[in-house]
Amino acid sequence: MDCYTANWNPLGDSAFYRKYELYSMDWDLKEELRDCLVAAAPYGGPIALLRNPWRKEKAASVRPVLEIYSASGMPLASLLWKSGPVVSLGWSAEEELLCVQEDGVVLVYGLHGDFRRHFSMGNEVLQNRVLDARIFHTEFGSGVAILTGAHRFTLSANVGDLKLRRMPEVPGLQSAPSCWTTLCQDRVAHILLAVGPDLYLLDHAACSSVTPPGLAPGVSSFLQMAVSFTYRHLALFTDTGYIWMGTTSLKEKLCEFNCNIRAPPKQMVWCSRPRSKERAVVVAWERRLMVVGDAPESIQYKQLTIQVLLDRLVLRRLYPLAIQICEYLRLPEVQGVSRILAHWACYKVQQKDVSDEDVARAINQKLGDTPGVSYSDIAARAYGCGRTELAIKLLEYEPRSGEQVPLLLKMKRSKLALSKAIESGDTDLVFTVLLHLKNELNRGDFFMTLRNQPMALSLYRQFCKYQELETLKDLYNQDDNHQELGSFHIRASYAAEERIEGRVAALQTAADAFYKAKNEFAAKATEDQMRLLRLQRRLEDELGGRFLDLSLHDTVTTLILGGHNKRAEQLARDFRIPDKRLWWLKLTALADLEDWEELEKFSKSKKSPIGYLPFVEICMKQHNKYEAKKYTSRVGPEQKVKALLLVGDVAQAADVAIEHRNEAELSLVLSHCTGATDGATADKIQRARAQAQKK
Amino acid sequence: MAFPHRPDAPELPDFSMLKRLARDQLIYLLEQLPGKKDLFIEADLMSPLDRIANVSILKQHEVDKLYKVESKPAVSSSEQLCFLVRPRIKNMRYIANLVNADKLAGRTRKYKVIFSPQKFYACEMVLEEEGIYGDVSCDEWAFSLLPLDVDLLSMELPEFFRDYFLEGDQRWINTVAQALHLLSTLYGPFPNCYGIGRCAKMSYELWRKLEDEEDGETKGRRPEIGHIFLLDRDMDFVTALCSQVVYEGLVDDTFRIKCGSVDFGPEVTSSDKSLKVLLNAEDKVFNEIRNEHFSNVFGFLSQKARNLQAQYDRRRGMDIKQMKNFVSQELKGLKQEHRLLSLHIGACESIMKKKTKQDFQELIKTEHALLEGFNIRESTSYIEEHIDRQVSPIESLRLMCLLSITENGLIPKDYRSLKTQYLQSYGPEHLLTFSNLRRAGLLTEQAPGDTLTAVESKVSKLVTDKAAGKITDAFSSLAKRSNFRAISKKLNLIPRVDGEYDLKVPRDMAYVFSGAYVPLSCRIIEQVLERRSWQGLDEVVRLLNCSELAFTDMTREDKASSESLRLILVVFLGGCTFSEISALRFLGREKGYRFIFLTTAVTNSARLMEAMSEVKA
Repeated sequence: MDCYTANWNPLGDSAFYRKYELYSMDWDLKEELRDCLVAAAPYGGPIALLRNPWRKEKAASVRPVLEIYSASGMPLASLLWKSGPVVSLGWSAEEELLCVQEDGVVLVYGLHGDFRRHFSMGNEVLQNRVLDARIFHTEFGSGVAILTGAHRFTLSANVGDLKLRRMPEVPGLQSAPSCWTTLCQDRVAHILLAVGPDLYLLDHAACSSVTPPGLAPGVSSFLQMAVSFTYRHLALFTDTGYIWMGTTSLKEKLCEFNCNIRAPPKQMVWCSRPRSKERAVVVAWERRLMVVGDAPESIQYKQLTIQVLLDRLVLRRLYPLAIQICEYLRLPEVQGVSRILAHWACYKVQQKDVSDEDVARAINQKLGDTPGVSYSDIAARAYGCGRTELAIKLLEYEPRSGEQVPLLLKMKRSKLALSKAIESGDTDLVFTVLLHLKNELNRGDFFMTLRNQPMALSLYRQFCKYQELETLKDLYNQDDNHQELGSFHIRASYAAEERIEGRVAALQTAADAFYKAKNEFAAKATEDQMRLLRLQRRLEDELGGRFLDLSLHDTVTTLILGGHNKRAEQLARDFRIPDKRLWWLKLTALADLEDWEELEKFSKSKKSPIGYLPFVEICMKQHNKYEAKKYTSRVGPEQKVKALLLVGDVAQAADVAIEHRNEAELSLVLSHCTGATDGATADKIQRARAQAQKK
Repeated sequence: MAFPHRPDAPELPDFSMLKRLARDQLIYLLEQLPGKKDLFIEADLMSPLDRIANVSILKQHEVDKLYKVESKPAVSSSEQLCFLVRPRIKNMRYIANLVNADKLAGRTRKYKVIFSPQKFYACEMVLEEEGIYGDVSCDEWAFSLLPLDVDLLSMELPEFFRDYFLEGDQRWINTVAQALHLLSTLYGPFPNCYGIGRCAKMSYELWRKLEDEEDGETKGRRPEIGHIFLLDRDMDFVTALCSQVVYEGLVDDTFRIKCGSVDFGPEVTSSDKSLKVLLNAEDKVFNEIRNEHFSNVFGFLSQKARNLQAQYDRRRGMDIKQMKNFVSQELKGLKQEHRLLSLHIGACESIMKKKTKQDFQELIKTEHALLEGFNIRESTSYIEEHIDRQVSPIESLRLMCLLSITENGLIPKDYRSLKTQYLQSYGPEHLLTFSNLRRAGLLTEQAPGDTLTAVESKVSKLVTDKAAGKITDAFSSLAKRSNFRAISKKLNLIPRVDGEYDLKVPRDMAYVFSGAYVPLSCRIIEQVLERRSWQGLDEVVRLLNCSELAFTDMTREDKASSESLRLILVVFLGGCTFSEISALRFLGREKGYRFIFLTTAVTNSARLMEAMSEVKA
């Protein structure tokens, strides 16, 4: 039986420790690590080594080598460094390697040594060179902080969304700070730096001097500082061999320790076991390691979620393993398998040696209609690799046509984008594409494209109607749509023009368009309108009063009401007003004037084309029974009953109805027998009915 | 009177939830602009808003003054301005003018635009063009369904009709799809879907897409509403063009019901004041007469008045205790009923007066002749006289359209002469109105000869939905032939009646048009529901020149209770009339269904005609 405690050694009075090797590194390093720039990614991620950085004793002609290993030392990539001198290396949260050059340019590489992009930290950095640089992690990404030769700090809190911030000056800073670090509090990145016995905190706006609570006296300089991964804790190592540990806010001290070693440590880091509440700082010198700890931590963190784990596997192209994990954990497809397949597809489109057809087919076979897979995302990746044709093929598999549109636009396939947008039924999307097309194509081509897409055309017309009237006209012109062009000019004659000449000119254009459209009716009607307008203007000049924009009917009525009968008749002849209308018109106007004499004369001028019932009606409307009665005798037999009822002569109406032997008329009269004196009439009708039935 | 529902008729879902949702969202949006603010409201939104949140609720959320968005700019001294508008370009201009004037005066304020029911990209673009996009914040108030009554949901989008059916603008279809999506999230999925018309199909497809994208949310839910029926207004213009004679429709035709309420003028209230009256199921008197043929209403009301009097008269023999009881318990109810009764009696009198003046009987006779297709010459002269006498521009136009649709277009001679007469009577600007009516298929010229018909029927067979978009205007107006006569025969829309049609005891839906005509839209719904498919209606569908759709989800249907399978949501795209609502309510009572109506707006013949009319700018 083994003795489990055999390899545990006492540490002080109440603690024990043991030391054992977890695994051995597979790498085969030719040079010592001390000669390399080293960066290890968090969560057991990859390790990057840049050998042979620009040390003075080596010849400048020897190019350094950048090597990337897995956490266990498996080589992942190796490449000759061809760019400028590198000051610092670091991994982003997405496992991208950031290499900060002396000139402030940051080069970004993938896990497999593939170059991704580069960006610059700005002019000030370029001019003063990079003295020191740190890559740090915040909740919204990874940042870069730079200390320049002018002892100024520049930082970007998220390299994914690069916004450079130049930090304020530290007053009286003549040389580089003895140590510094980035902090992240309340979602804002700060810099803490030590100058002699003083500590300064830099934020965007100001530089403030800070003092850790309960700091032992006699400190003349800080040699090292370390911040915990969560930015909650801070450790300071002073030239007196004293370690202060507390919160980053510098409001609380957790513990202090005097190790009596005054030599500056090589490294100082916070560490703790996962799920442990114990927090500790490890301090390393050349041949000594010290663990200082106490702080009970109440909040636990589980930083590396299953999603991140899967991302890491995907990044290492271990797709089958990732899928197995998803299946084992029964993750919902959208979060699990689909996502990994989509990543696989994005990798697949980068295989340049496989033809577009084969790649597209392979992807579709594997992905099918898996929910949560966005073919447009994969296509976007293909386009990013310069494979436009493949991208279009992949987009064909995208079931939501709306999703295809943005990429198609990016690839300058605007016409295809337009059809897809129309298919999606989303008019806003159609409109977006239209504006793209409008800028991209010349006017003629743009209009041609619209012409083939009626849905888009209607949408654009609607917009033009309110916002770009001239374009609307051009659209109709292009289409030879003379009918609409005519309507357009008619509208213009109302809206735009005040003067009669202008209005008539607009109407003339409209009439011409209607002729071209072979719409003779509209053309003639428009010409009539022009004539009427001119005439109305003349009437206003000669007679005064308002005539403009009255209908023809109302113009004639106004003339009659004004006593201009001759003019009225002239107008009626000129515009060929049909007899029936003219009779209605005159009858109504004369009754309105209560010019009964003229009315009677008019009724006798010739045989009325509308009969004489209207005369009875209109007089009754003016409550003139006397005049109304004059016309009842002239009403034709078919309408006689009605006329007599109108003037209230129920008895005579009954006689006529009986004479006509018309059942409908009889009941009509009967329904009017409501007065006290109508009793006899009602009886008469009933008798007539009975008689009719006998026969 | 007021036929009760069958005892097994399903209960209606509670739609008041929609109001609460809309209110909460509006409050949330108002709170996004903390502090005192002035609210500018578009006129069209005022009544709907009033049904959701009254002034005191607005004040509670720090709305200080209210302004109407109109042509002249309002002078507000507030530091924060909030605009509640429909997504229209002219509103954007109004806002831009206001903001730019502030800029000129060197004044800085906060501006927020709330679009209802959604914003459109074109609007944002105008804001950008006017240079104020950065100065305003935009939000959406997704308020698309207003419950006007227990069974009536309105989107309050009257412009849907003109935008889609005249201008071919499809932007509101997305709004419809969103509204349907909201309903299915709240009230469970619909196991059976039917539809007819292009717009119905597009709305359906867009809605399905939305459901698929959020798969799983409604999957497990029990359906509350068994069927949904989507219907394009343009497949039945005839019904919407007829004069309404059912009480609610007649009130709408005469006084215009706006957003569920009506303004009764002094001639109705018999006082010197107008009165705004909410017309819905809560008005007990109205609820009993709303679906009745007008000829019954007066008699019913006077009977009711006599009963009421008898109730009052009971007081006479009462001792003090009984009297106390009567006053505290019954009097208030009686007084309320009394008030409503006298209002509706007043409304009836006013309607009668107006109708006798314009010779309503003659008008109805002409309409019936047009529907049945006899005495066309006589009807045409009647219309001509109507125009010559300048009776009413909207009425004349309506009759012309009714003639055109029932006759498959006017014969060329009449087409020209009626239009000429119309222009002479009502003004030359209506040339544009005629162009609109032709485009919408409401007033067309008969195609000469039958040769064209053969081509057309070929074309209509070729016209699949995707291709339909590609045919030009001219061609599609050819395809818009109504074929009303043939459809009417196929569907038996003109009931054969021996003797008088008893309007007191209706036997079919034709009672809403005095027994002369069964509304086409309602008949189609009846037929499809009976068959649970379009089977056997192929010929009708072909004549309608529409494409139909039917979809049944068996897994969902299995989950649905027998009650929910008798609940039917009818969606009218482009508006529905009160006559149609009454007809379907009648059908529901006969067959044990309950209908729920969703319409883009309540419409009638005058509104349809006005939507097509061009007025001088």
